[in-house]
Amino acid sequence: MSFLDLKNVTKIYPNGTKAVHETSLSINEGEFMVFVGPSGCGKSTLLRMVAGLEDITEGDINLDGKLMNEVDPSERDVAMVFQNYALYPHMNVYNNLAYGLKNRGIDKETIEQKVNDAAKLLQISDYLQRKPSMLSGGQRQRVAMGRAIVRNPKIFLFDEPLSNLDAKLRIQMRLEIKKLQQKVGVTSIFVTHDQVEAMTLADRLAVINNGIIEQLGTPIEIYDNPKSLFVAGFIGSPQMNFLDGNLKNKTLSAEGFEIKDINSDFEGEVTLGIRPEHLSQSENGLISLRVELVEQLGSDNLVYGQLKNKKDFCYRCPGNQTIEKGSNLSLNIDNNKYYIFDKSTGKRVN
Amino acid sequence: MTRFITSSFSHLILLIGILIMVVPVWMIFASSTHTSSMINMNGLQMFLGDSFYENYLRVLLYQGGFFKEITALKMFFNSFIMATGVAILSVVTSLMAAYALVYYRIKHATLLFWIIFITILVPLELRIFPTYSVMAELNLVNSYFGLIVPISASAIATLFFRQFYKTVPDELLESAKLDGANTWRFFVDFLIPLSKTMIVAMLIFMFVFGYNQYLWPLLVTTSEQYWTVVMGLKMMSGSIVHRFAFVIMSMVPPILIIIVLQKHFIKGVFQDK
Ligand SMILES: Nc1ncnc2c1ncn2[C@@H]1O[C@H](COP(=O)(O)OP(=O)(O)O)[C@@H](O)[C@H]1O
Ligand SMILES: [Mg+2]
Repeated sequence: MSFLDLKNVTKIYPNGTKAVHETSLSINEGEFMVFVGPSGCGKSTLLRMVAGLEDITEGDINLDGKLMNEVDPSERDVAMVFQNYALYPHMNVYNNLAYGLKNRGIDKETIEQKVNDAAKLLQISDYLQRKPSMLSGGQRQRVAMGRAIVRNPKIFLFDEPLSNLDAKLRIQMRLEIKKLQQKVGVTSIFVTHDQVEAMTLADRLAVINNGIIEQLGTPIEIYDNPKSLFVAGFIGSPQMNFLDGNLKNKTLSAEGFEIKDINSDFEGEVTLGIRPEHLSQSENGLISLRVELVEQLGSDNLVYGQLKNKKDFCYRCPGNQTIEKGSNLSLNIDNNKYYIFDKSTGKRVN
Repeated sequence: MTRFITSSFSHLILLIGILIMVVPVWMIFASSTHTSSMINMNGLQMFLGDSFYENYLRVLLYQGGFFKEITALKMFFNSFIMATGVAILSVVTSLMAAYALVYYRIKHATLLFWIIFITILVPLELRIFPTYSVMAELNLVNSYFGLIVPISASAIATLFFRQFYKTVPDELLESAKLDGANTWRFFVDFLIPLSKTMIVAMLIFMFVFGYNQYLWPLLVTTSEQYWTVVMGLKMMSGSIVHRFAFVIMSMVPPILIIIVLQKHFIKGVFQDK
């Protein structure tokens, strides 16, 4: 049995909403797991069941070899960082960190040492006497982290802790969280709807849709090998291009071009997926793109335009290429980097 | 320039308002420092006389009542005990009632709350005889306990605390739980400190409410030993200056409480947190 084990966990809220469906998942000790998915897919619900803040309707949760279903959150030895931090407004930073330790009956000197160590690690030593209302967003974030770290819990739970920060700070804190987790080595679950955050933080990530884990794997596995239309569309930025097509006798016919010798016996209506970065310009290419807009990011250009059938399409190329608005590009797909999905079920077929 | 005129005008109105309220009180105070023959001959006085100590000391220490066994000093003591008791007891019960209503999974908590709330429509005066007979059965007539308890359940304070608790974000409770706090610790370490200003405001309200009680103490005390200040205002006999002095002194305790706690009071009433 692994460190944290979810077995057929289901959550049905009293009002009948089925937020999580028979989810099973194992997380190893020290692993950084990310739950990613669109808003309302059940990420928070799953996380809150691990914390004990929501009852489990069906299934089992085991943490460190102990069944957690009936264990009170105060007894679970888990720490959680909330989206709005939930700092204690009437306590100064020191007491915010110390509170959980005091409740455990730890003696004063040990508490002081632990709080000071955590404060040093998070560079908040200068604010220990301040109330949370006198801190900036980034500092509050650190205090919330400190409150989790100082207790040295079995598992850290993060529920979208970066979404209240501005873009720059978010990237900085993302990096710090990752570094910190590696340094402290505590098993962590991080919930986010932001796929970039998910990709950069995760050892492994679980892509969740409608209360179901659609795919579980390392970020690269999921990027390289999405198992469903949903995962393919959700992971990767800019989003994968999707084109309608038909597969028959190992030949895919999309509007305007064909791909032969496809590694699949599937026959019928399909969706062809191509990532913007898996294309390159060549004479007599398969795809002909009429350029409408170029976003120059410096390192890359994002080229937006339409295909012959007026379908929107995106192409990503190195930033040193000049591309004129209104020109026509002829593009080829890089060697076999395309994905074919059954149009009716969304399942990958190649 | 027009702004100056309008603001002077509004200040003038306010000043007139203050004068209308303060002048009678001042006249009673000024008159209470003269001798009674002076007042009887010349009517109420606007300026201070020189009998302040004489009059006030006599009022405080004079043995009054039918049996001559109660002094004003004792009445102040009784009123203080009663008002403090009412204030503390009603704040404590309201805090706990509101806590249970908001945080415990009580069935029909909202209905229960409204049942508590409609007791506002049933003031003590309406239920005074049943309440009296309960206290009489319990042998609590002529006791501080009997003075305090029947008026120490406050639906208003419960309403205030309940509304406040409802604004406390759920994450705070959840976060505290994960930090190992049980229900009691959450109440003591979070809700009480967070509602500190509101508690102070309620203490003041309930102190004044308890202090101003007239009908209930009148009914539940037969011994002069338990007379309160407000009862004394009616019961005190004596010359006019002594009555004036007593009226002035009777205003002091509520005013003192408000002055001492006003910083918190104003914050509690006008600020949510
Ligand atoms: N307390 C609740 N009662 C009823 N339904 C809820 C409750 N909390 C969440 N839900 C529903 O459960 C689903 C999953 O919610 P949530 O786990 O918060 O999603 P996420 O965190 O992925 O955005 C949503 O459809 C949401 O409306
Ligand atoms: Mg959520």
